[in-house]
Amino acid sequence: MSESKRILVKGNEALSMGAIKAGCLYYFGYPITPQNEVPEYMSRVLPGLGGEYVQAESELAAINMVMGASALGVRSMTSSSSPGISLMQESLSYIAGQELPAVIVNVVRCGPGLGGIAASQSDYFQAVKGGGHGDYKLIVLAPASVQEMYDHTMLAFHLADRYRNPVLVLADAVLGQMQEPIVEREEVPPEPRKPWALTGAKDRPMRYLKSLYLKEGELEAHNKLLQEKYREIEKHEVRFEEFKTADANLIVTAFGTSARIVRTAVNMAREKGLKVGLFRPETVYPFPKVRLKTLSESIKDFLVVEMNTGQMVEDVRLSVIGDTSVQFYGRPGGGMPTPLEVLGEIEKNYSGQ
Amino acid sequence: MKTVFSKPQALNDAVMHYCPGCSHGVAHRLVAEALDHYGITERTVGVAPVGCAVLMYDYFNCDIQEAPHGRAPAIATGMKRSRPDLIIFTYQGDGDLASIGLSEIIHCANRGENITVIFINNTVYGMTGGQMAPTTLPGQKTTTSPYGRSLTANGYPMKMAEMLAPLEGTSYVGRMALDTPGNTLKARKMIFKAFDMQIKGMGFSFVELLSTCPTNWGMSPSQSIKRLQDELIPYFPLGVFKEKEVVD
Repeated sequence: MSESKRILVKGNEALSMGAIKAGCLYYFGYPITPQNEVPEYMSRVLPGLGGEYVQAESELAAINMVMGASALGVRSMTSSSSPGISLMQESLSYIAGQELPAVIVNVVRCGPGLGGIAASQSDYFQAVKGGGHGDYKLIVLAPASVQEMYDHTMLAFHLADRYRNPVLVLADAVLGQMQEPIVEREEVPPEPRKPWALTGAKDRPMRYLKSLYLKEGELEAHNKLLQEKYREIEKHEVRFEEFKTADANLIVTAFGTSARIVRTAVNMAREKGLKVGLFRPETVYPFPKVRLKTLSESIKDFLVVEMNTGQMVEDVRLSVIGDTSVQFYGRPGGGMPTPLEVLGEIEKNYSGQ
Repeated sequence: MKTVFSKPQALNDAVMHYCPGCSHGVAHRLVAEALDHYGITERTVGVAPVGCAVLMYDYFNCDIQEAPHGRAPAIATGMKRSRPDLIIFTYQGDGDLASIGLSEIIHCANRGENITVIFINNTVYGMTGGQMAPTTLPGQKTTTSPYGRSLTANGYPMKMAEMLAPLEGTSYVGRMALDTPGNTLKARKMIFKAFDMQIKGMGFSFVELLSTCPTNWGMSPSQSIKRLQDELIPYFPLGVFKEKEVVD
């Protein structure tokens, strides 16, 4: 890629551009800070591309509009921030139950309640543990740069279609609002055929999409199929980044914006001679538990840094082998860890073994 | 031999699960006749509600999606905006449309989405066992208004056709009862008109059908028809409330 193609954009614009590059011409959304640049960008650009921007009356309506377009095999998306994503949980469960592709972006703000508009990672549990009712999983991508806001949103459409599953891009206010140079991608994976889509029953029997299974045994069988799909996703779609882990005695695990702060702290620790590395999950579902387990076989000290009171740390603890020390440092909604604070935690927990 | 009566092509041969005397079967048939009449079954997608008619995909020969409770108009919006060449209709009951989905139906109508909504008003939640609905009549006993609907506690029955007709986005709004052959023919005409409006791109069309629920009313089918005539029609007047002549 040539340098001349780099352009400076906000994270929220980058994700909009990535979506459009992926062929998403239908956006349904409702204003909420800190993601308003997305509906603003889409409302400005989509009409000229022959697409549609619909400002829904609520996040409830927005996610159902996505569900309707998706049922017809059309790529569409919505974006919101924490309280709005909470409103969408009912339909995320339906979309997962009906095995429909859909892309949802959560530019996370602070909770609980109306909370605040600053960056937070306190929606991790909601994103990766289901969020709505029933046994289901979203594929959850956690970008850590404006480039990844673009790339992960593009990837989200590909994964959503491939697995017929909703994909959530778990960003935050920092990633949405900051500007960084990005490179636009030339190559887009081809959109798969959608033999399940509702296109009108011409020259074929009618089709329906449902999540209600009343006959004896039917629902359990459906749920087992969903679980098989999730196992496939866990096998094939785990993504992560390692930074200076090769010789590390302590690994700091962090995703998204926290991982950027941790990277600075890791460099500071290295300057002090501490062998510290960063492990950054890019997919938080599927969680990179196999790689973490392998790392924990030779590395005994783990520190997890999050912008919440301790959510992903549970998945790290479930991943590593028994006698691994997994410490946590986090700042709850309204606060943000500094590199110096993280360095202090590294020094506190560094045994050097 | 000349065929004088047959089942619409848009319906299959499945035996319906609806209770004896329930209006859903008649309403399904009228919708299917409209699909046949305009030859649109092959390019129609229906949106099923949560309620007794959630299973409508077992009966129609057009593609159908099941919506979360009350959200059918939003689903239909996503469909029509992304595939305007398709004919999209929702089929919703009174709890679905007038209670939990009130916001979705009003905004969908107000945007003038070019879809058709068939609204079954039988004054109760049918599938869940006859609880009070937003259209339950004053004094009507249901499983959650055992002493009769109190207007002070529960407010007034929602008149959806009257609420939607004044919205600029609606092209056609009508209400008819499925009680007599005459009214059923009028309802058929309204449903045809509603689909015709969509085919012509006139915007949101809506037909409310006053319907019976003998099981949850605790009545025989014939008693239910009489109740519909004596109690429902006086409260929910029949007729066309809105009919646009030209597209905006």
